[in-house]
Amino acid sequence: MAKVTKLQRPKLSKTDELYLVGIFKGTLVTLKHAFKSVMGKSRGADSLNSSGLGITMQYPEEKWDDHLPEYYRGAPALVTDEQDRERCVSCQLCEFICPPKAIKIVPGEIPEGDEWEKVEKRPQEFEIDMIRCIFCGLCEEVCPEQAIYLRKDYAITGTSREEMVHKKDRLYEIGGKRVGLVNKWNDLK
Amino acid sequence: MEALIPYIIILAKVIGLTFVLTLPIIAYSVYAERRFAAIIQDRVGPNRTGIPLTIFGCKKDISFFGLLQPLADGLKFILKEDFVPSHVNKFFFWLAPALTMVPALVTLSVVPFGSELFGEKLVIADVSVGPLLVFAIASLSVYGITFAGWASNNKYSFFGGVRSCAQMISYEIALGLSVIPVLMHFGDLNLSNIVADQAANGWLILPLWGEGLTTERMLLWIPMIISFFIFTISIFAETNRMPFDLPECETELVGGYHTEYSSMKFALFFLGEYAAMIVGSALIVTLFLGGWSVGFGADAWVVSTFGDWAGLIHLGVFLVKLVAFILFFILIRWTVPRFRYDQLMKLGWVVFFEVALINILITAVIMAAPPMLERGETGAVAALIIGVVVFSALMFYIAKSLDRMLSSDKSTTVAGADTNS
Repeated sequence: MAKVTKLQRPKLSKTDELYLVGIFKGTLVTLKHAFKSVMGKSRGADSLNSSGLGITMQYPEEKWDDHLPEYYRGAPALVTDEQDRERCVSCQLCEFICPPKAIKIVPGEIPEGDEWEKVEKRPQEFEIDMIRCIFCGLCEEVCPEQAIYLRKDYAITGTSREEMVHKKDRLYEIGGKRVGLVNKWNDLK
Repeated sequence: MEALIPYIIILAKVIGLTFVLTLPIIAYSVYAERRFAAIIQDRVGPNRTGIPLTIFGCKKDISFFGLLQPLADGLKFILKEDFVPSHVNKFFFWLAPALTMVPALVTLSVVPFGSELFGEKLVIADVSVGPLLVFAIASLSVYGITFAGWASNNKYSFFGGVRSCAQMISYEIALGLSVIPVLMHFGDLNLSNIVADQAANGWLILPLWGEGLTTERMLLWIPMIISFFIFTISIFAETNRMPFDLPECETELVGGYHTEYSSMKFALFFLGEYAAMIVGSALIVTLFLGGWSVGFGADAWVVSTFGDWAGLIHLGVFLVKLVAFILFFILIRWTVPRFRYDQLMKLGWVVFFEVALINILITAVIMAAPPMLERGETGAVAALIIGVVVFSALMFYIAKSLDRMLSSDKSTTVAGADTNS
């Protein structure tokens, strides 16, 4: 049998019962917040890069971009290696793992005589539908060639559905070049 | 033409004081509410809405700290779909918003906004039943809320309406009783005269000049402070402001009585609520804080220096006090959590009702004692004081026993529930 402990409500003192003292104290607390907020000295205003009123940052003018962590998961993008070779070999693993089915790949062969004919395949078309993408990062995790990475871009907007589908050139534009030791299982990265 | 001039003056007062002065204050008190709430909560609030110059090809919008937000809100309300659900009682559904908005605006008619501007009093109707008219009309606004709750044919709205009705009744009594000592002191029901008296002889809760420095006034200060407390808190309950906003508490009743309302009908409820708040603040300022008077004996100087323009100075002073009180309303809203329903009722019936009654007797004794003592009727004064003490003790005993009865009721039901389970 579990032991049942009956909890007592705390006994209120006479001043607590009067209630007005409590209201007065509460008013002082809210007023203190108001004053500090107007002076730009709210708690955490500095660390949250406040705009001077409360702890809020004025979004479109000021952004949090410099403070984004290394592991931030923004828009997925394709990267090239140091020699400007497309890393993607169109194995379509990311297409299959993608939970919302946002990725569409049309594989293509690299024609003979090309500088990278040894690699054999590269994507003919590579589309990521940013309306569907949930920024989960599974594509990055599953890619055996370390060709797709989640970048720090997060404000992806468009005025039409077509605009929101990132084509191959746009993906390489966001992704850029990945230089140096790229080994995603390596802690050092 | 000569005969028309009084009517033109009345029309100018109605339009000027109600539509030019008060309606913008109502609109901007919504803005102030949002901004002040945000500041209290370390946020920013609406600070962007301004003139959208970028539409016309300019580089930047002018934002004015978001001061055009009320305009945008109003536009939004006008452009929204005015939806009437099929299950409502159409007639009362349409009538209710107007019934909340109109009484609040009508009560404005007796509030003295300032002294005299070119010989014209800055009050729409200088009637000699000021506070009574306000109570009579303001209690009508509960019909709007109750009709809204009932006509909406929805249990949450209905609960909101019923709660509003009960709350209004319990606090109207405390409101009326708490203002009696004030009226006893002034011996006058004309709000303009009350303010003029306060300007000369010290505000009711700040009697520091004129005749306010007599011993009698010093003694009267105590019951007046009690009256001020009860009146202010009852006004909070009367206007459904935060610690007492049970008719529309979002966390319990979706949106309370205006759950089914949209567009301009909702806006009327919203404006009515804020108009009631402004009238309430105006009444408190007028009765207790000296209305338009500058105070500290400076009113005579203002009148002699500015002559016919003194009314404008007084209007400004009144508005400053009004705005300060509105800010106080907002501060309390974001400080005090909502009362439980039985606590609300208990506060009204068990605490305020008794305290207001005792307060009236105390005031009466203080006012009656000096002339009686002059006539040498010491025994009668002593009897009066003993009577007040006995009455207070009786009231206290009744309140205590009521309180104990209510709480023991609760504990038995809880115990019963325990044995059942």
